[in-house]
Amino acid sequence: MSISVKTFPRLADAAGALSQERGARFLAGGTLVMRSVNEADPSIETIVRSTDPALTHIGLSSGRVELGAGVTMAAILAERELSYLHPVARIIGGPAVREAATVGGNLFAPPPYGDFAAALLALDATVTLAGGFGQRELPLDELLNRRERGQTLVASVAFRRPADGTFRFVKVTRVHPKGAAILSISAQLPLSNGRVSGARIAYGAMGPAPLRAKAAERALEGRTLDAAGIAPALAVAHDGTSPTDNAIGSAWWRREILPIHLRRLLLGEQNVRHS
Amino acid sequence: MLEFRKDIFADERDDNLHEIGQPTQRQDMLGHVTGTSPYYDDHRFSNLLHLKILRSPHAHARIRSIDDSAAARAPGVKRIIRAADVPVNLNTLLSLIQFGKDDEPSLASDVVRYKGEPILGIVATSERAALEAMALVRISYDQLPAVFDVEEALKPGAPSVNSTYPKNTFEYYNKYDHQKLRYGDVEAGFAQADVVFEERYQMSPIEHAPTETNGSIAVPDTNGRFIVYTSTQALFFSLDTSAKINAVPSNQLHFIGGTVGGGFGGKVDTLTEPLSILAARLTGAPVRYRLSRHEEMQFGSPRGGERIYIKDGIMRDGRIIARKVRAYFDSGAYTRLSSYAVVKCAAHIPGPYTIPNVSADVYCVFTNRTPATAMRGFGVTALDFALECQMDKGAVAIGMDPLEYRILNAYRDGDMKAHRREAKNCALIECAQVAAEKANWPLREEFRRMSSLKGGGAVRGGGTVDRTRAPAPAVPARAPASMPQRISYERPTPAAPPPYTAPPAPPPRSAPPPPAAPAGSTHGAPRFSSVFGTRRR
Amino acid sequence: MKTPIQFRLNGEEVATFVEGGTNLLDALRETVGDLSVKGGCWQGTCGTCTVLVDGSPRLSCLTLAETCAGRSIETTAGLRRGPDLHPLQTAFMERFAAQCGYCTPGMLMAAKALLDKNPNPTRENVVDAIGGNICRCTGYEPIINAVLDAARSDSRRRA
Repeated sequence: MSISVKTFPRLADAAGALSQERGARFLAGGTLVMRSVNEADPSIETIVRSTDPALTHIGLSSGRVELGAGVTMAAILAERELSYLHPVARIIGGPAVREAATVGGNLFAPPPYGDFAAALLALDATVTLAGGFGQRELPLDELLNRRERGQTLVASVAFRRPADGTFRFVKVTRVHPKGAAILSISAQLPLSNGRVSGARIAYGAMGPAPLRAKAAERALEGRTLDAAGIAPALAVAHDGTSPTDNAIGSAWWRREILPIHLRRLLLGEQNVRHS
Repeated sequence: MLEFRKDIFADERDDNLHEIGQPTQRQDMLGHVTGTSPYYDDHRFSNLLHLKILRSPHAHARIRSIDDSAAARAPGVKRIIRAADVPVNLNTLLSLIQFGKDDEPSLASDVVRYKGEPILGIVATSERAALEAMALVRISYDQLPAVFDVEEALKPGAPSVNSTYPKNTFEYYNKYDHQKLRYGDVEAGFAQADVVFEERYQMSPIEHAPTETNGSIAVPDTNGRFIVYTSTQALFFSLDTSAKINAVPSNQLHFIGGTVGGGFGGKVDTLTEPLSILAARLTGAPVRYRLSRHEEMQFGSPRGGERIYIKDGIMRDGRIIARKVRAYFDSGAYTRLSSYAVVKCAAHIPGPYTIPNVSADVYCVFTNRTPATAMRGFGVTALDFALECQMDKGAVAIGMDPLEYRILNAYRDGDMKAHRREAKNCALIECAQVAAEKANWPLREEFRRMSSLKGGGAVRGGGTVDRTRAPAPAVPARAPASMPQRISYERPTPAAPPPYTAPPAPPPRSAPPPPAAPAGSTHGAPRFSSVFGTRRR
Repeated sequence: MKTPIQFRLNGEEVATFVEGGTNLLDALRETVGDLSVKGGCWQGTCGTCTVLVDGSPRLSCLTLAETCAGRSIETTAGLRRGPDLHPLQTAFMERFAAQCGYCTPGMLMAAKALLDKNPNPTRENVVDAIGGNICRCTGYEPIINAVLDAARSDSRRRA
């Protein structure tokens, strides 16, 4: 059976087609969908695309960042104002993958992928969904926990620009410079008088979707970022995680190394490339 | 930069090298950089059909029923290929040289023995059409107990993996369930030794993962023959195997090898040609059978995992007096080339060291894993890893520098090897000395003066231990059974090393009679005689 | 259901029809006949199929062919200018940067994408540029050296 491809200039019409057409799948960069098409995934009968310029729009207003769901990792890397996200975008696949991989697509990438989604979680991002009914905004956390496939079309994500130096990221891989994650940790660590105030920590590849390390966040509140200060957070580093075995690493190994990399990240230690 | 140490063995060399040491351009390099090197798939046919294989999802199961009727009617499908369609549906690669029994079907019919085993072929106008038809096939299985560990597979009551070899070991000469090497008396050696320890080494299976996957295109030719474009590393091997499985004379097949897009041993098993040819015969059209990356990993052979136990007995002066090796090759569900790997392993024991008492038992074991085959020195590379780790551990155990330990025990010219051949053209000592020099690794003067040319040569047979030595002073307790994994290269305080002397000659024994010439020898068999045990005189 | 597409391939206009869902790798090899593009995994993990689309490196196995309508595609077949090799091709030969040769077309295009944008790359730039391409034969060092050589020779020619 052959696949039909439908391209819509307006995102709302693409959303409509997604819910109406049988076996419809939205194609952004193709890093996930085209692999399934190549493998003759029977659930894909119609590829839905959109050329809506809103998809590739990067909006930078005072303190607020809005990224169209079709913004690629390469486009993030080309935007100087998003330099804090460059360590994340840079280690998503190789250069060719980064030209195709999108912000929206990363939200639906199964573990061990989805590190950009984890970074957005740590930035407290909201997503705007496109639908025939109009646009709807919800926290990214909620979308990731729901994760209904195929019928959810993300139009954009938005977050408040983090204060300089407060966003940290590490991705632990076997292969360098690129490789799928054994795990990744994104953290927003705002300080008030030298003490953590409102931390956000998100893990990649430590569960079925990127997740917030809420127990660790709470344990960091009001603490200093030194060995003694972060100890309570390290003690609850695993809370909420449910890693699984895959070809990249075992659940056991992920659990073993998580607190080590979290400690290094919280203490600001550099050169933490290797597993 | 390449450096030639022509001072070493200078009088043995006719020193007029024209090619070695000079950079020479590959004859296909221009093709590589222009994208014109012809790989098997770089041929286009307007009516090309695609063969995809339905594979077992289970490690071990009986096939109860197959219903492919819906698949046969699916759009684009030209032909379903079933086990009964394969003219000769049982083969082993080395049957071409009369080694081993046919044990592997091209398409499984009653039992599947590893995850990924081929069951059914679907030939269609596109890969997509073949894959969509494959999803319509209904197969019911009765799962069977499976075994994945080489030693478990040899225990009584283990699931029988391969019906040709029901005890889960390959049979050598239709009689022996392993390869055996005996020289001297290891038990006497261990009794005499000052330090005895045994270690276990375990290798993982390794996948070649060539950038180009295995594949072939079989094309009906104008005169009733078939042209086959193939990724194989072993062109005539694949041609003859395909001829046997298709029951056609080999002159019906015209094999054209492509530039191999990475082989490393992973393209010697003739994985795709027999069925692509059969599909071309059954449809009258060109057929491509190309492994996906997932199939290359799951179905394409790995180098099998090997488990090797090595027990060494060492005298306090550093001489290894006894070495006992027990090795198990995980051949997976079928033989492929693992039987040969085991022979190579047995031939390589005990490594390049003169040891008067050697015992080895090497098994080719069947388990419910992907059948294993050749990869980059298979049979030898993993064994060398184990032997050299053992040498390092032995050096620590005896308190000796690891390089000096090797130099002390290395073959010299004229030493008798455990296989009862005289060591010739030995050079391990000189290599170790040059390596030490390059690495600024200090060697004591006595070891820098040792030479492959000196000190070897006493004929040994059934030798035990040097009884002319004075009894050793009170020895320390034997080394613990399990050595720490990490070797520390701190230099122990050295005792003076002994001069190297080969043990004394044994009493003379009459030479064994030469073996009878092998029966029914055909072309190809004599070339492998030295490997498989017959002798050229 | 066949879709017509038209694009520029190595500077020449090409027009063809593709089945819905066809990836660019298959379109180039099977329909257009450019066999210099190779497929290694069809999953986007090996980089062998790398081509340039409007100057950017793309994995052709993951690119929907019809999204390339109107675009400019470059493959290894278009690297040389008549009989003259591209500096990258010469450098790969001189540095023995290929053995089986199967990853070479993808490596060349990934390297070209780098040099076209950054004619003076550091070693780290080169490593990153080929970071999405797997080679099972050379161990990468000859390839990295070849790309650096090509950059140097290119700048000498332009100087």
